[in-house]
Amino acid sequence: MVKTKSFLQKFYVGLIFTILYAPIAVLIVCSFNASKARTIWGGFTLDWYVQLFQNEAVIDAVKTSLMLTTSAALIATLLGTFACIGMTVMSKRSQAVIGTVTNIPMLNADIVTGIAIMLLFVRFMNLGYTSMLIGHVTLGIPYVILNVNPRLRSASKTTYEAALDLGAGPVYAFIKVVLPELMPGIMAGFLMAFTISLDDFIITYFTKGAGINTISTMLYQEVRRGINPEMYAMSTLLFLAILLILFVVNRIGAKQDEMKVY
Amino acid sequence: MSKQPLIDLEHISKSFDGEMVLDDLNLTIHENEFLTLLGPSGCGKTTTLRILGGFVTPDQGKVIFDGKDITNLAPNKRNLNTVFQKYALFPHMNVAENIAFGLKISGKTDAYIRDKISYALKLVNLEGYEKRNPMSLSGGQQQRIAIARAIVNEPKVLLLDEPLGALDLKLRQEMQYELVRLKNELGITFVYVTHDQEEALTMSDTVVVMNQGYIQQMGTPEDIYNEPENAFVADFIGDSNIIDGIMIQDKLVEILGVRFVCVDTGFGTNKPVDVVIRPEDLILGAPGRGVLDGVVTNLIFKGVHYEMEVMANGYEWLVQSTVARQPGEKVSLFVDPFNIQIMNKPASDDEKAVDPDEYE
Repeated sequence: MVKTKSFLQKFYVGLIFTILYAPIAVLIVCSFNASKARTIWGGFTLDWYVQLFQNEAVIDAVKTSLMLTTSAALIATLLGTFACIGMTVMSKRSQAVIGTVTNIPMLNADIVTGIAIMLLFVRFMNLGYTSMLIGHVTLGIPYVILNVNPRLRSASKTTYEAALDLGAGPVYAFIKVVLPELMPGIMAGFLMAFTISLDDFIITYFTKGAGINTISTMLYQEVRRGINPEMYAMSTLLFLAILLILFVVNRIGAKQDEMKVY
Repeated sequence: MSKQPLIDLEHISKSFDGEMVLDDLNLTIHENEFLTLLGPSGCGKTTTLRILGGFVTPDQGKVIFDGKDITNLAPNKRNLNTVFQKYALFPHMNVAENIAFGLKISGKTDAYIRDKISYALKLVNLEGYEKRNPMSLSGGQQQRIAIARAIVNEPKVLLLDEPLGALDLKLRQEMQYELVRLKNELGITFVYVTHDQEEALTMSDTVVVMNQGYIQQMGTPEDIYNEPENAFVADFIGDSNIIDGIMIQDKLVEILGVRFVCVDTGFGTNKPVDVVIRPEDLILGAPGRGVLDGVVTNLIFKGVHYEMEVMANGYEWLVQSTVARQPGEKVSLFVDPFNIQIMNKPASDDEKAVDPDEYE
């Protein structure tokens, strides 16, 4: 009886993981397949990866993506952190309102946000790198606030006052006491904003100008033109990069929890 | 004890969101004094402390410190330090770094800082804790570190905001002795905020009882306990029987139809008053031998003494005695004239006794 139960439990977990990760496993296997046909195993090869890095369109897209994602995540982290600090001096009511409003872009359908941002930008500027950047910053800010706010709320106000009490000026107290306490939240927020931005297709698609491609829009274009194993290699690399970031975020989260146990 | 005035709070008023927290508060704090602000939550005691620390600016009034007006001086420019309610230690620094924080800002040499740290840790009985992470310490130890961090800066005044609130009873009693010892060793002024009347009575030179933004009474612990000025103070400090009475003439008061000899004078004749009799001042005897006869209705064992309720002349008297009387037993109540305390009727809401559910 117990044996059956434990078998069923394992089977169920296994099933879920298979459904979740089988497609990605197939993708990764295909990226090492020497044969262009998806159904035939033609032996192990790294050719697609080599070709990928000789493809100028790909290199351009990777560069654009990294530039865009890094600057968007940095700006979002800065703005989000300042927003959290500003919120601490507001009334409870305003805090609740702003907290909800900043959550909306996270829950809203990306396509709606994407079209909305495009409509706005078309009115005021040419679509291009700047419009993409603003779109990605918008995407990232809620995640930064989500990560930084709980840390600010817990103890930093009294420790900030304690620092002032011990003779620190407001700036010194902020840098020496508040910032180190917020750092894990800020790092986690930055990495999440980075991941979301790197992952994004829809907002990029609607806000990008002609001729600019990020990894995701480039993949989309390539796939429409015809299946090319290079793209499997590209997708595999993207998947691994995001897996790595998520791993780091989780480690930061675990450390945060450790700190709370005392 | 020297009685040099050190801090003067003059006509301090403060309201938050239209709600009056302090109303024309005047208070003088002396050098080398252990002064306690005592009152229920929301009485304005913490706000008073925060005004002293510089975290709250009063709407009206002045804070004079050592002869200088510091009302608008930033907290980091004041020669006083605070021990916060939840310690507010810096979690990303070790114990030594926490204690060194203020000294580094004031530009002290490394050797001086090292000496100060070991001196302060010795003072709070935590020698050898320099490298520990404050979050790994117990509540009592964190409290001591917070005190050490404050006193190394040699402030003239140490402000303590309910510092023992989070500790268990045994530790709290230990820390009360520690704090008094510290104060005497350092020879500085302590301003202590608490809602715990026992803490206030045990440690203070002066107790300031506050309610609803007003000072209700200020005096030595003995004064406050033995001679409460109004029903609020009598009720907040310890248990008490507060009964309506009529002052017939000097040294004679009528309670529940019975005339009692007392020692108070100057209330006029036939004037309604509040009468306070502490439960430990009521002496139980055989029926007919006291001033009032009654029946025991309730008995609780409290450890040091028994607590009984005695129904006599239509009032349920609270009595404390080391001798137990069983419910139903007929007894008499006697009270020494010296232990009858007469007070004027409350002139305003804040002087009334509070419903015990309203404060912890």
